[in-house]
Amino acid sequence: MADSKWMPRWFYQLASPRWCYQICGKLLPWFTVAALALLIGGTLWALIFAPADYQQGNSFRIIYLHVPSAILAQSCYMLMAVAGAIGLIWKMKVADMVAKACAPIGASLAVLALLTGAIWGKPTWGSWWVWDARLTSMLILFFLYLGVMALNSAIESESTAAQATAVLALVGLVNIPIIKYSVEWWNTLHQPATFKLTEKPAMPAEMWVPLLVMVIGFYAFFAVTLMMRLRNEILRRERRAGWVKELLLSK
Amino acid sequence: MADLITQAASERAQIGPGGLFVATLRRDLMLSLRRKSELVNPLIFFLMVITLFPLGVSPEPGFLAQLAPGALWVAALLATLLSMDSLFRTDFDDGSLEQLLLSPQPLFIVVLAKVLAHWMLSGLALTLVAPVIAVMLFLPAEGMPGLMLSLLIGTPTLSLVGAIGAALTVGLKRGGVLISLLVLPLYIPVLIFGTSAVQAAVTGLPLGGYLALLGALLALGLALAPLAIGAALRISVSG
Repeated sequence: MADSKWMPRWFYQLASPRWCYQICGKLLPWFTVAALALLIGGTLWALIFAPADYQQGNSFRIIYLHVPSAILAQSCYMLMAVAGAIGLIWKMKVADMVAKACAPIGASLAVLALLTGAIWGKPTWGSWWVWDARLTSMLILFFLYLGVMALNSAIESESTAAQATAVLALVGLVNIPIIKYSVEWWNTLHQPATFKLTEKPAMPAEMWVPLLVMVIGFYAFFAVTLMMRLRNEILRRERRAGWVKELLLSK
Repeated sequence: MADLITQAASERAQIGPGGLFVATLRRDLMLSLRRKSELVNPLIFFLMVITLFPLGVSPEPGFLAQLAPGALWVAALLATLLSMDSLFRTDFDDGSLEQLLLSPQPLFIVVLAKVLAHWMLSGLALTLVAPVIAVMLFLPAEGMPGLMLSLLIGTPTLSLVGAIGAALTVGLKRGGVLISLLVLPLYIPVLIFGTSAVQAAVTGLPLGGYLALLGALLALGLALAPLAIGAALRISVSG
């Protein structure tokens, strides 16, 4: 392997299932600790210390789950599509596995965002479900995940399934902004996004700092689940490789 | 021997992109026109779905007129989807799809011609039948131009996007239900703008903006979808 000045060696090693398994194993405890600390700390801060909203009272506190899961559901799709593209272009097995591991996590985060949105909608809008633009686009994102998962399980050959899924994920990625804006023009009730890259949040710092902690905690949690799924997937697919046998027999 | 092969290849490559497009289009149209029952199936399906709305919801004219833009568009969308599965299926079964992929010709043009042939016999046919069926749903006469124009510009996008789903599932034995799962979420923008155009036409508002958006979607689809279809076909055939 050619060593480069710019990239550390382990970065290249991530492309090999065996090394990726080991690197993920080393990173996993750190991310687990970070996720637990951030999520527990963030939850306590959000539920107990953050001030109540002057209009919505305590019911607004569900955004500390809703916003992170919605953000993560979208980033997860992005990661899935990018990993799929890498697998498609450079035929990297690990990238295929990352894309495959992303789909169920993203789908469950989309469900979580929809559920928390519904629970928050009941006291605030007076009904469990409103055909609001952002709720609907989250629902469509969930459908896109379902399509990716259905296609992946329908094709028997694993490499073909990975390639086909990657094409579908990329088509979905091109479509997501179009769907988002078309749905937004169609109907909107929802408040605009809490965090924007270009502006300061409209909420006071006591409210958005715990939210930021929760978002980072969710990212750490996402990394933990992704690495666990990835390690399982590597073991399953490389089950005929010598190193997997050695690893399992030594335990 | 090698000389012969390269000579033969260069002779074949002498068909220009235009000739290739016309040849593929003619072949696909001829093949489809010989199976007439499959041609009318989407149209019958369109009519049947529309018949279900008055039976299932309410036969009251005022209510139906309100429902008509959405119902017509949803039915047209489902009818297109239904016909999608057969787009590459017969070519895949008899092996001619493999030959198309092996040929030195650009796949982009072949795919575009195949989708155009499919659209002429599904989307275009639906557009022509739609006003007749719209009358059955009491769509006001002002809405007719909006309906036909939006279907005319919107259904090619449906065919292009649906072809991606068809190409991804062509290697599977039962791709029919899976196609709907893959493609329906991607149809939503076309549905929204198409229905809005018809509604705008009914209420007398300008519909140029909606038609422009549908046209933009079509332009994007024409530029990008054939690439995805080609990649998906290569994956399906090699897998």
